[in-house]
Amino acid sequence: MKGTNIGEFEELVLLTVAALMKEAYSVAICDELSNQTGRSVKLGVVHAVLNRLEEKGLVKSHLGEATKTRGGKRKRFYQLTIPGKAALVRAKSIRDQLWDRIPSLVWKKV
Amino acid sequence: MEEQKHHPPHWAQRFVEWYCKPDLAEDLIGDLNEYFERNVRSIGPRRAKLIYMIDAFKFFRIYTVRRPTFVNLFIHWIMIGSYTKTSARNLMRNKLFSSINIIGLAISMSVGLLLIAFVLDLHSYDRFHKKGERIYRITNVATFTGEQGGKFASTSIKTGKLIREKVTGIEEVAIVRDGFSEDAEVGDNILPIKGFWAEPSLFSIFTFPMLEGNPDRALKDPYSIVLTETAARKLFGNESALGKAIKFDTLDYQVTGVMKDVPFFSHINFEALVSLSTAEQLNKNDKNLEKWTSMWSNYVYLLPSEHADMASIQSQLDAIAKEENLADDNTKIQLELLPLYKIVVGENLRRSEGLHTVSPHMPPFVLWILGGLALVVILSACFNYTNLSIARAMRRFKEVGIRKAIGAGKSQVRQQFLAEAIMISLAALLLSYFIFLVLRPQLINLAPEMQRIVKLELTPSMVVAFIAFSVTVGIIAGFMPAIFFSKVSAINALRNVSAPAYRSVKVYKLATLRRALVIIQYTFTLIFITTTAIGYVQYKNILAFDLGFNTENILNINMQGNKPDALLKEMSEMPEVTALSRSLITTAVGNAWGGYMTYKDSRDSALIMTNHVDENYLSLHEYKLIAGGNFIARPTTAKAVREVIVNEQVLKRFNIADNNPQKAIGEEITFSNARGNGRKMTIVGVMKDFHYGKVENLIEPVAFMFWTPEDRAVINAKIQSTDMLATMAKLESMWKKIDPVHPFQAEFYDETIEDAYSEYSAMIKIIGFLSFLAISIASMGLFAMVVFTTETRLKEISIRKVMGASSGNLIYLLSRDFLWLLSISALIALPVTYFFFESVVLTHFPYHTPVQIAELFVGLLAVLLIAFMMIGSQTMKAARSNPATVLKSE
Repeated sequence: MKGTNIGEFEELVLLTVAALMKEAYSVAICDELSNQTGRSVKLGVVHAVLNRLEEKGLVKSHLGEATKTRGGKRKRFYQLTIPGKAALVRAKSIRDQLWDRIPSLVWKKV
Repeated sequence: MEEQKHHPPHWAQRFVEWYCKPDLAEDLIGDLNEYFERNVRSIGPRRAKLIYMIDAFKFFRIYTVRRPTFVNLFIHWIMIGSYTKTSARNLMRNKLFSSINIIGLAISMSVGLLLIAFVLDLHSYDRFHKKGERIYRITNVATFTGEQGGKFASTSIKTGKLIREKVTGIEEVAIVRDGFSEDAEVGDNILPIKGFWAEPSLFSIFTFPMLEGNPDRALKDPYSIVLTETAARKLFGNESALGKAIKFDTLDYQVTGVMKDVPFFSHINFEALVSLSTAEQLNKNDKNLEKWTSMWSNYVYLLPSEHADMASIQSQLDAIAKEENLADDNTKIQLELLPLYKIVVGENLRRSEGLHTVSPHMPPFVLWILGGLALVVILSACFNYTNLSIARAMRRFKEVGIRKAIGAGKSQVRQQFLAEAIMISLAALLLSYFIFLVLRPQLINLAPEMQRIVKLELTPSMVVAFIAFSVTVGIIAGFMPAIFFSKVSAINALRNVSAPAYRSVKVYKLATLRRALVIIQYTFTLIFITTTAIGYVQYKNILAFDLGFNTENILNINMQGNKPDALLKEMSEMPEVTALSRSLITTAVGNAWGGYMTYKDSRDSALIMTNHVDENYLSLHEYKLIAGGNFIARPTTAKAVREVIVNEQVLKRFNIADNNPQKAIGEEITFSNARGNGRKMTIVGVMKDFHYGKVENLIEPVAFMFWTPEDRAVINAKIQSTDMLATMAKLESMWKKIDPVHPFQAEFYDETIEDAYSEYSAMIKIIGFLSFLAISIASMGLFAMVVFTTETRLKEISIRKVMGASSGNLIYLLSRDFLWLLSISALIALPVTYFFFESVVLTHFPYHTPVQIAELFVGLLAVLLIAFMMIGSQTMKAARSNPATVLKSE
């Protein structure tokens, strides 16, 4: 089913949306991602991912109030939906399971 | 606060708004703005703007682009019906204006159609070869010491062989030798056959399907020949030609294959192919054949293997050239590759004189010039459309107003007017296609070469191109009116149908635009018509040019290799023939023959143009001797020729006897040409300078020597006849007795001269035709404008008349504006044309007559006359109407 699996970057964006809470709009997400991951994140990519996530129903969005700073244009704020949260939890649990399966012995060898 | 001053580029923002889905657009632009503000602060406004623009394009993605919704399409579809209906009604209501638009567009578009057909024909050359994209021909770039070099289409046989041996990455090489032209004898049937010497690989490079015979072997052995279907039928009738023998000269050739006829659109054309090994056999003792510098009559075609590295092939060619150039000090040759598809439409390449085959060729810049000229004419018709639509705008404001009031957007009004213009131009296409059909034979017969180059037959791709062209013309014509009407606001349009609405859309600005369009139109018209006038006068001057000898009533008969004596004898008994002479070539039409002459200093040699003539030649052509006399000896072999008659330029060139013609008689010079090296000759006569080359060339040193029977012959006959047709028929029957195989080739000297300058006559015809079109289109536009102004100012005219204005006054009133525009056009056009001729065109003609005032102004006068006739007729009509009836209905 579409929407049950998410990619790595999609997961990062979803997490950032969740972390930023009420301030999650494209530019802020972009900045936050750049700061946290240390890679240069392009606005266009973030935009495309947000759009795709919304299509999948993992986030929802609404337009905020108009401000002076953006040439009078409103911001679009994103919020995690319940399926979005479920997808994140699922992704985390899959990883945790896999982590647990690695015996500590292996780690020492590497 | 400083960053507040900087705004993101407006158009980029508009662009995003245009393509982006409306619900995504706002926050997207907001994001871009936020980034922009940040960038202004960090990296400055200029780069910020640049980044903004780049980002605006970057956001153009599948998910952001708006899709035309079904409803929109549906509405659009319904509205097309409505647009068609209103447009058609509008067309019918203004029959005069519609027909002027349609006819004007049709006339101008027919030129466009001709050009499209011409270009498409040229670009269809050689496309029938299956491997065409990979085929290349070798171009020789030669430099000679003491002679003009250049790029040649031909190369040496050695080049081909070296490439075959040394160059890697080549699938096939084919050497083709030009100049096979002999009379084929099959039983009693004798036919001249022209073709090439070629190798078997020719058939694997080119797509020339073989009907009979084995393409791999057909051209292998010496004395084998492959005929085309037509040639085979001519020689053998319906019998199979394969395996039969053909006699050329004294040798028997065997037909080893029959191939399909060479398609029309092929750059090489032949009736037969003879194996190259034959040429090698025949020239066994000629060391020159295999020389690197014998590059005058061979072509080498290459087929590189698929995915071959062309750069590496080129560098291998360079290496070959470098090595071979070491051997010869006087000639340096570089090899270049020319793609097959660029042979016909491509760079001008030189080819040596006297080759039998002429391949069609058109340099791209000629096409661009023709295209530019056609564009000017088409634009002129488009201007008419624009002008008339805007001038008559008032009558359609109501319609636009209502459309807008019930919900039409700007874009819909725009589409409506564009659709209307496209409809008109499609209607014009239909008409222009008929004009195209009429003009096509004219264009093809314009010059003899034309018939060989193009067919201009309708093909599917041509139909598509025609329709696309017509739609483009419609869009160009309808663009301004569409923008204009879409800007009209509904309130203004409906408030009052006439004046205020018109004023609300900046009527003055529009009038300026209209004037500018009229000025451009008339400037080009005047340039065209003046060019035609000047060109025509100059062309006539060239034809009537005093060459320094008489060409009147002289018939030149090309003997085509036959001995002239028999015909000469018969002709001398004809009463119509008053004088006869023989010569090697016909001069002053571009033919040339020459050799190197030295005087006392044997190191100072110069190229001297020559002709071989008999004792009657000088008197028949009325050459003016200033010293000495005619040939004294009458040698019968070339070796015995010891006398030479020179012109003044020869004396000047070598400073013979201090330029004194009398003293130059008896001086000895040394002359070398194909007949022999270093022959001592005595000057027996000095002629006044005359034109040996064409009028474009400066007068060069020329020497006449005695004609001997080894030479090819042209008989020059002075003819005095009242019934030219009967005389020609008589001559032709004499010719048939001497040479039944080849057709009689005779032409009057004056006609030959005319042919030699046929390219100019073709050019003048084309420009003349275009100027005729330009003037009729501009005049139609002017006429429509005059009708419109007199209609709208009818009341004013009537009142003026009541107040006592005379017809003259009224005509002046109505034509004043136009006169201004015309004088501005004339002020631009006439000097431009004058300087164009004086400093560009006529500099190529050292002996030209200067441009006369009369030729400059004749065009202007014609335009003025036509304009006045139109303005006058309309004004008179308005002035003659009874003021009472006009003013009654206020």
